[in-house]
Amino acid sequence: MVAILEQVFRDQWGRVLAALIGFLGDFDLAEEAAQEAFAIAAERWPRDGTPTSPGTWLVTTARNRAIDRIRRDRTLAAKTRLLQVPEPAEGMVSATTFPDERLELIFTCCHPALAVDAQVALVLRTLGGLTTVEIAHAFLVPEPTMAQRLVRAKRKIKAAGIPFRVPPEHLLADRLVSVLAVVYLIFNEGYRGRGELAAEALMLGRALAELMPDEPEVHGLLAMMLLLDARREARFRNGQIVLLVDQDRSLWDAAQIADGRFVLDRALELRGRGPYVVQAAIASLHAAQPLDWPQIAALYGELARLTDSPVVELSRAIAVAEARGPQEGLDIVDRIALEDYHYLHSTRGELLRRLGRTAEAREAYGRALTLVHDEAERRLLERRLQELGTAAGR
Amino acid sequence: MKYMLLIHQGDAPTPRSPEAWATLSEDEQKAVFADYQAINQTPGVTPGLGLDAPETATTVRVQDGKTLTTDGPFVELKEAVGGYLVFEADDLDAAIELAARIPAARLGGAIEVRPIVEW
Repeated sequence: MVAILEQVFRDQWGRVLAALIGFLGDFDLAEEAAQEAFAIAAERWPRDGTPTSPGTWLVTTARNRAIDRIRRDRTLAAKTRLLQVPEPAEGMVSATTFPDERLELIFTCCHPALAVDAQVALVLRTLGGLTTVEIAHAFLVPEPTMAQRLVRAKRKIKAAGIPFRVPPEHLLADRLVSVLAVVYLIFNEGYRGRGELAAEALMLGRALAELMPDEPEVHGLLAMMLLLDARREARFRNGQIVLLVDQDRSLWDAAQIADGRFVLDRALELRGRGPYVVQAAIASLHAAQPLDWPQIAALYGELARLTDSPVVELSRAIAVAEARGPQEGLDIVDRIALEDYHYLHSTRGELLRRLGRTAEAREAYGRALTLVHDEAERRLLERRLQELGTAAGR
Repeated sequence: MKYMLLIHQGDAPTPRSPEAWATLSEDEQKAVFADYQAINQTPGVTPGLGLDAPETATTVRVQDGKTLTTDGPFVELKEAVGGYLVFEADDLDAAIELAARIPAARLGGAIEVRPIVEW
């Protein structure tokens, strides 16, 4: 029973809360009501059995609780004449279904009038159902800081009149970029080691693909996340980063790679050529054997053109080095202005090593080491430098 | 919802500084006037009263019952409010769209959108 409740919570929290916010127009009231409904479910379902439509049961119960609360408050308000409580609209829940307003909710949470860290926290709290404590831990932020961030964001939504809606056509493209960026940011945090966030991002990506089936970039992002996440088990060995070419392919999730490619095909059918679709195509090629470096280099070229990002240009340099030799890769690296980026220096080091310019390679790795913060990355660099030390220098 | 839109001129050229104003072409100057006029005639907009330049401001404080005055605005000259208007709109998106139409926003200034609390 506990397992069923947990499953229902995972599946339904976002939908139930979104419907309640849409109905009540208030994040806090909706959250309290949803929590209350889940608590009542935990008490009643083991005794009376699970209702046939758990989501509808939860929304109805939560809505009734919220209306009771509003009525109580109104009685109080009538006595004190201090508060104006709006009359709740009736008849929103039919017997078997209730509106899916998760899309309205995610666009509201990712409104550009909110800071990005607040957007991320709100999405994880409302759609992901994570507790404030869990979000604080995931982002290595003190609990009170995260709690305050959430309170402030919810207060701003209400006070500033941020609308609860899917933006109209002329705003949609820009706003979708913010939504996808938040999901990607959550995924990236997870990809760097905190797996539960990667799972949240995949859940959000799946929901978006279901709710916006005609948006190629939505499918592109989901495909990219599926393809990268499929290699998660192979990316670390004993706390050390394992590079793509050295990864144990038996640890890759073949079913998830197939799933990712299926989603990518959908994006391509929709004529998607945006940055997420291109990144998904690159991730798909990375999961193929043998690696098609000329094609990967061409796609990185396309991505660099779309994003104008020097970090992408660095990835292109690596692919070009594989496709056409280290000198051509190095020529690109030496044109990139990313002096303080440790990957630039470790890439230079690797290409110089391949060219037999060991002394310069050692210098480049040394420079990378002074810039790196992540412990696993540091160990990787130290290992490279050590390997260079045993090779003959010149 | 009611919003106050606070217009910060920042580096935006205004007719008050003829030198900066001259950097705009005649068409651009005409567009600035036309845009402000269109905004003031937009339904829901209550145009603000005209404020003189921030340089003419006097800032007043009271310490230990004594009135202290200083020359200039409370914030840096460049950050001072240059004008304002009130806009009654459905939601923040509508207010942001109006703010983006104010010439100062595209000429180096910025618009602060503040909800007005109604008691």
